[in-house]
Amino acid sequence: MNRKLWINFMAAILVVGLFMTVSCAKKTIVTDGTTIEDQAKVEAEEAAAAKVLAEQERIKSQELQDQMAKEQALKEAKILAAKNRFSNQNIHFEFDSAQLSSMAKQLIEEKAEWLGANSGVAVIIEGHCDERGTTDYNIALGERRAIVVKNYLVNLGISGSRLTTVSFGEEKPLDPAANEAAYRKNRRAQFVIK
Amino acid sequence: MNEIRLNKICGGKSRYHQFIGRIPCRIFFAGLAVLLFLFCLVPLQAKEVDYINISNPFLNKIPIAITQFKTFNGNDAEVNHGKNAEQILKDALDFTGYLKVLNSKGFLSNPAQTGIQLGQINFKDWTGIGADLLITGGIEELENQVTLKLRLFDAFNSKLLVGKIYTGASSQIRRMIHLFCSEVSHKLTGNWGVFNSKISFVSTVKGHKEIFVCEFDGHNPKQITHHKSISLSPNWSFDGRWLAYVSYAKGKPDLYIKNLKEKRGAIVNYKGSNISPDWMPDQLNFAAALSFSGNQEIYLLTKKGEVTKRITKSWGVNVSPSFSPDGKKIAFTSNRGGTPQIYIKDLDGGEVKRVTFKGRYNTSPAWSPDGKKIAYVGIKKNKIDIFVINLTSVSGMPVQLTMNQQDNEDPSWSPDGSLIAFTSNREGGVSRLFVMTSAGTDQRRLLTLTGKQSQPGWSKSTSFEN
Repeated sequence: MNRKLWINFMAAILVVGLFMTVSCAKKTIVTDGTTIEDQAKVEAEEAAAAKVLAEQERIKSQELQDQMAKEQALKEAKILAAKNRFSNQNIHFEFDSAQLSSMAKQLIEEKAEWLGANSGVAVIIEGHCDERGTTDYNIALGERRAIVVKNYLVNLGISGSRLTTVSFGEEKPLDPAANEAAYRKNRRAQFVIK
Repeated sequence: MNEIRLNKICGGKSRYHQFIGRIPCRIFFAGLAVLLFLFCLVPLQAKEVDYINISNPFLNKIPIAITQFKTFNGNDAEVNHGKNAEQILKDALDFTGYLKVLNSKGFLSNPAQTGIQLGQINFKDWTGIGADLLITGGIEELENQVTLKLRLFDAFNSKLLVGKIYTGASSQIRRMIHLFCSEVSHKLTGNWGVFNSKISFVSTVKGHKEIFVCEFDGHNPKQITHHKSISLSPNWSFDGRWLAYVSYAKGKPDLYIKNLKEKRGAIVNYKGSNISPDWMPDQLNFAAALSFSGNQEIYLLTKKGEVTKRITKSWGVNVSPSFSPDGKKIAFTSNRGGTPQIYIKDLDGGEVKRVTFKGRYNTSPAWSPDGKKIAYVGIKKNKIDIFVINLTSVSGMPVQLTMNQQDNEDPSWSPDGSLIAFTSNREGGVSRLFVMTSAGTDQRRLLTLTGKQSQPGWSKSTSFEN
């Protein structure tokens, strides 16, 4: 009986095992499907990540490029600004005077720096006056102003051969109005790049 | 001019014979050289004549009556030309500043009908209305030739002073009247007057400054240059044939010397600026300020532009030379003393004499034709005005000629010294040409032209040539 019970027990285990095997096989198939699904997902995720990475790389390099361009533009803008400043910042004088104020000297020193950094450039220094006074005398006064500015630049080491002077007297006012503000603007030495 | 025939009144055949004997023939036959001599003899002549001393600043205007012109044939052309001639005569004599042309509405008689000759005039009709002087005119037109018969009378002394007959085309009426005005001027002042003179000036044309020339009274302005640049400071040679001026045509101020008739000339374009030309009296040389040495100095140049002499030697600005009428001295502007002032220097060396001491800005000297005065521009209380300083007076006090009329610049004497042309922006702030007597009276606009005008330069000769 004992032996018969043992056999039955074994058979039961077998049956259960068989059942389990069957169910296990079924389960494996299901598991396999899940795996495939996961893999695609992973692959897609991986691809997406790579894409993001590439995009990030691209953006990064673009940013770098942009920054470089920006820096270049900034540099160029700075150069242009310096050039514009050189051309547009006039040296101002008192009425009937060709003497350089400390501000005027500072401005000329700035111009000397620019001329030093741009050694290929030759300039015309124009001398101008306000409308008061005589046509002839103002041409003479304008010439004195231009020459004084030129001499200061030469003393700062700029070659005189790069600097030409011309006086327009009262003939080319920046502001044609007849008031002190306009007069102040018009009494000037002005730089023109050749 | 050569189309105008001035009848030989002295040896003439007409009814004008009667008064010819009273007029000194030498005046009529005075050649050009003689005219120049007469110019030098002005003080003597003035004494002889003693009607008007134009250098007297307190001069009262002499009242003069100018009658309607008598027409000999009475046709429309004669009437119209007569009216035209009468107006030109009135305008010209009015322009002098020393004659007051009376309104014809008050006239008591009409010589155009009763006769324009000495025996036909009732002088009481003229002294009665306050006329010291009387001019009668007659006009005759034959075969397109106009003959003008003109007489100047001293109404107080019932005396004929000048009698002249001119014949020419009707287009020459203005010229003929001005020739007569010169005779009138000569009789009254000892000087031939301004009637044959011209004025050069600067005017803007489409934003550029060009050189123009007009007649003494602003008539007939003509553009001389077409540089389309900045052209400035025109100045006449003594004979009125040459103009020197400054132009930026090549980018900087250079001197241009131009023979107006022969279209030839020269350019002075030394390094630096070449400005402010002033021709010498009686010579085709001129002075100008050049800066080729690095400093503006005044030099003497030939009409070809060759530098023959350096006149100033002083650091700073030396510009605006103006010759004395004898050509021996030069007035100029210099800032050697710290501020711009007028100085005088002998051409043959010698020391420099400062002329102006009042004020901190005195420029643009213009030596008067009699040599006694210098007109200039001064800034006083921020106002730019024209002053005149007497070189012979002990005090040396300048007289201000313009006042409270905005800015006034560029004085230029008429060749007889009676008038000064100048630039003023008194009309709406726009720069225009004006004229006044040398005493500063009768300030009036010289001409009407579009654009802005400046820098009048009066021609120097009073002769009839050119």
